[in-house]
Amino acid sequence: MLLIPCPWCGERDEPEFHHGGEAHIKRPLEPDQSTDEEWAEYIFMRTNPKGVFLERWVHQSGCRRWFNLARNTATNEIIGAYKMGEKPPISTIANKQKTATVSNKKPKGVK
Amino acid sequence: MAQTNRLALGGDIDRTKPVNFTFNGHHMQGYAGDTLASALIANGVRIVGRSFKYHRPRGIMAAGTEEANALVQLETGARTLANQQATRVELYEGLSATSINCWPSPDFDLMSINSWFHRLMPAGFYYKTFMWPVSGWKYYEHIIRRAAGLGKSPVEPDPDQYDHMHVHCDVLVVGGGASGISAALAAGRTGARVILVDESKDFGGQLLNEQYTINNKSASRWIEDALAELSTMEDVTVLKRTTAFGYYDHNYAGLLETRTDILTDGGDKTRQRLWHVRTKRCVLATGALERPLIFSDNDRPGVMLASAVRTYIQRYGVKPGNKAVIFTNNDDAYRTALALKEAAVKVAAIIDTRPVPDGELPTQAIAAGIEIIDNATITGVNGGRGVKSVEVMSLNAAADGVMGVARTILCDLVASSGGWNPVIHLHSHSGGKAKFDQARGIFIASETLQASECIGAANGDFLLGDCLNEGFRAGKEAASKAGFKKASRRKIPIAEHIVEHPLRLIWALPSTKSIGERGKHFLDLQHDVTAADVQLAAREGYASVEHTKRYTTLGMATDQGKTGNIPGMAVLAQALGVDNPGDVGTTTFRPPYTPVTLGAFAGRNVGVLTDPVRMTPMHHWHELAACKWEDVGQWKRPWYYPKQGESMQDAVNRECLAARNAVGILDASTLGKIDIQGPDAAEFLNRIYTNAWSKLAIGKCRYGLMLKEDGMIFDDGVTTRLGENHYLMTTTTSNAASVLGWLEEWLQTEWPDLKVYCNSVTEAWATLSICGPNARALLSEFTDDIDLTPDALPFMGMKEGTVGGIPARVFRISFTGECSFEINVPASYGLALWTQLMVAGEKYGITPYGTETMHVLRAEKGYIIVGQETDGTVMPQDLGMDWILSKKKDFIGRRSFTRPDSQRTERKKLVGLLPVNPNDILEEGGQVVAEKGDHRPIPMIGHVTSSYYSANLGRSFALAMISNGTERIGDRVYVPMDGKTITCEVTAPIFFDSEGTRLHG
Ligand SMILES: [Zn+2]
Repeated sequence: MLLIPCPWCGERDEPEFHHGGEAHIKRPLEPDQSTDEEWAEYIFMRTNPKGVFLERWVHQSGCRRWFNLARNTATNEIIGAYKMGEKPPISTIANKQKTATVSNKKPKGVK
Repeated sequence: MAQTNRLALGGDIDRTKPVNFTFNGHHMQGYAGDTLASALIANGVRIVGRSFKYHRPRGIMAAGTEEANALVQLETGARTLANQQATRVELYEGLSATSINCWPSPDFDLMSINSWFHRLMPAGFYYKTFMWPVSGWKYYEHIIRRAAGLGKSPVEPDPDQYDHMHVHCDVLVVGGGASGISAALAAGRTGARVILVDESKDFGGQLLNEQYTINNKSASRWIEDALAELSTMEDVTVLKRTTAFGYYDHNYAGLLETRTDILTDGGDKTRQRLWHVRTKRCVLATGALERPLIFSDNDRPGVMLASAVRTYIQRYGVKPGNKAVIFTNNDDAYRTALALKEAAVKVAAIIDTRPVPDGELPTQAIAAGIEIIDNATITGVNGGRGVKSVEVMSLNAAADGVMGVARTILCDLVASSGGWNPVIHLHSHSGGKAKFDQARGIFIASETLQASECIGAANGDFLLGDCLNEGFRAGKEAASKAGFKKASRRKIPIAEHIVEHPLRLIWALPSTKSIGERGKHFLDLQHDVTAADVQLAAREGYASVEHTKRYTTLGMATDQGKTGNIPGMAVLAQALGVDNPGDVGTTTFRPPYTPVTLGAFAGRNVGVLTDPVRMTPMHHWHELAACKWEDVGQWKRPWYYPKQGESMQDAVNRECLAARNAVGILDASTLGKIDIQGPDAAEFLNRIYTNAWSKLAIGKCRYGLMLKEDGMIFDDGVTTRLGENHYLMTTTTSNAASVLGWLEEWLQTEWPDLKVYCNSVTEAWATLSICGPNARALLSEFTDDIDLTPDALPFMGMKEGTVGGIPARVFRISFTGECSFEINVPASYGLALWTQLMVAGEKYGITPYGTETMHVLRAEKGYIIVGQETDGTVMPQDLGMDWILSKKKDFIGRRSFTRPDSQRTERKKLVGLLPVNPNDILEEGGQVVAEKGDHRPIPMIGHVTSSYYSANLGRSFALAMISNGTERIGDRVYVPMDGKTITCEVTAPIFFDSEGTRLHG
């Protein structure tokens, strides 16, 4: 069972959280201008890498806040949690990636 | 039956305390301190059960968790336990056990006929036989289950209590042998929080079965001193009879503690405790399990693990046989020969696969006058119901065949040893890898994903001195890494040990004919998987151990292949011509290490505590009215209120008529209510809902639909503007939490710039909904500050004021199509107001109605229920709800309307169905077809979503989702049901007051 570091509450057991899928999927600002492919990419397509994955979680049974987590899907190692709107801990991830296979898809919409 | 095999002396049992028990109905006696297995051996029981596939007679083969044969059904009735290993059941007064997997008795089993037809049951037999036709499964399954006949689950509720404990610690030490005790001592002395667990009732592990000295004292004395020291440490928890059954991510372990001596009876205690442990560091001192040699007919009752034989003699004072043959590829088994000799049991010979064994232990055996037959193997075991003799021949130079003349040695016990496998199960559970040490033929732990390490025998260090050293080092290191660096000056105890010579690895020992042609080389005794089966799998193309395992079922029985897996992999590697068994893959061990009672997982969450029950403020009134309940999520909602002698249909008919002709009252408190505030609330609603919200006036309500981004309906409800920046949203009962989550998700992740705050207020309000022609008259008796006239409070209006002197909000919203008032009062006043309305409403014919009537009334009007008409694939357009889709703004899901799938012309549309026979009621979920006939397949064009009898219409009716439904209005369609096909006419999805005059009245 994962031990997840909520940026507001600290480390808590996994059942307190809900997984929210891949992070940094940005909603097209002008949905009407997007092609069917772009729209399908936004609503359906996710990377699912073996390695470091940036994903969203919500502390459902705690503070009810959403946040992002960098987690290695092969080992479940948690590289770090960061708040919505913050940048992923790129340098830490880069270090960890030396040993892990990572999706070559760039995280989308990193603000 | 007498304890004929009890030794005169020895064993850690209390001979002054006889314990009575029964096995398969026979009365027997053992002593306190016995296991069921040791007591059965004492009583001379050889056959304890039958094997899974061939139903061959089987005896006890081990002394611990690795036992594959001796499974019993313990006790009867509610406390019965299936598939218990006799080797792990502590004997208690009155214990009653029966064999499983045999009928009518283990000594005479009718199913053993399978054994004669074994050529018809090769590896993958079940796969090959039952692949086709699929419809045959219902017959095959019946036969297989009867033939398999594993233990029986109790059919009554478990009368015992189980606890859950949630703890954190610095160092968790799993295994209370020499290594584990040392680690716990070292960690404990630093002041760290330590938990030490062992599955047995006694600490000591393998020390309990041997005669070692530590610091020149007996090992048992050392254990005693160590436990005494640990008990003085405030932050050290020592748990016996506790199995670490699983080790999971982020150093999380599951422990199962049995708290009572009697396995099946909690008495006044909780029977078992499930410990959830989050530790900083973990020391896995889980020891090693001996593996058997794989030779022809190695499953005969009387063929045992060499170490188990030693355990029975030294720990339990019983002899598993009267004349033993030791069969080994290593020095360790010589200890068993010496122990037998000391216990005055004859040792006919030691058969060693190695040429000229000359280590210290073999030398001792020779000195003791035991014959050693070297470079030899057992080619056959005689005695179907128990060992009578063995055939022994010399190995040829390549060790792949035998030579010379067979020698028959009379014996009734074969103690075999193929070396020891480190127990790396927990390491593997948590994602740890293993590597194969080819010289010693063992898997040892390599990389781990956790803050853990395997030590001692669990790491392939079998010598006692090494175990003590490693234990102290690992314990200290783990504590230090957890932040406890206090040094101890205590010296590490010294143990003497004998240096052992290397073993000789021959995985499947040859016989006079090829493997599989004479006798059976069993790998997995519980699932009857033989070396020949694995070789066959290899010939059929199975190259990975994970696939072979599933194909042959090797290691998939309740013992999870604790003795058979490694030899099985080696045999597979050999068959594939691979040198290193590690190259065919390591099987991943999965939790649980040993089976866990389901009751332990449930803990206290049983009966009424299984799931929390949510009750409305008026619950007590409904209860007194003897309503029938419907569970909606965790809510209890009145379903209908039957009067004396009424059937459900009678009651619903009466309620439906009253709601339309007099006044009905519904407890709608369970509807989700979300309070939404903030300057951007209207903009937020614009994006969340499909329709426009900017112009909604204060005091007005509006119905809204929420979609997911794929354009499919997610929820619906009415939202009311209470103030400039203040809205009250209602949701469906079952989606209340999901909708709040949905709103928060968008606010926090996509639109953090919007100033909007959401809060659930579902429980804060009681909601009483009254409807029907007399509703206004009734309510006007209760309020003088709210003008209820249609002009002052029209449909979709809201007024605040008092009702019955209680501060209230009154909404003119309707889910029945009648003139309806939804009254919200603070929850604590709900029951009072309900009761008053019932009294005052009597003259108006007030009738409480439940969810069933609510469903009928709304369906008569064609109002949808999310989750009934919709299923996650339905768009608003499919329901003819284009009117609610704003064209002037974007909202969640809008872009998906133009996806090709959304544009399909044959999408299912909401329609009404009227069965031609007005008394036929369709089944909800029934499939709709366009043609009648016996030919198959008939294309399915849709399904029935709601179906009722309507007292107001005097006939049955239904709603359905039908492909191209709107174009089919007026057509006939058919719904095949059990026994008959019902003909229906397709109609518009509205059956009552289609002009809406009542609604606005
Ligand atoms: Zn939190």
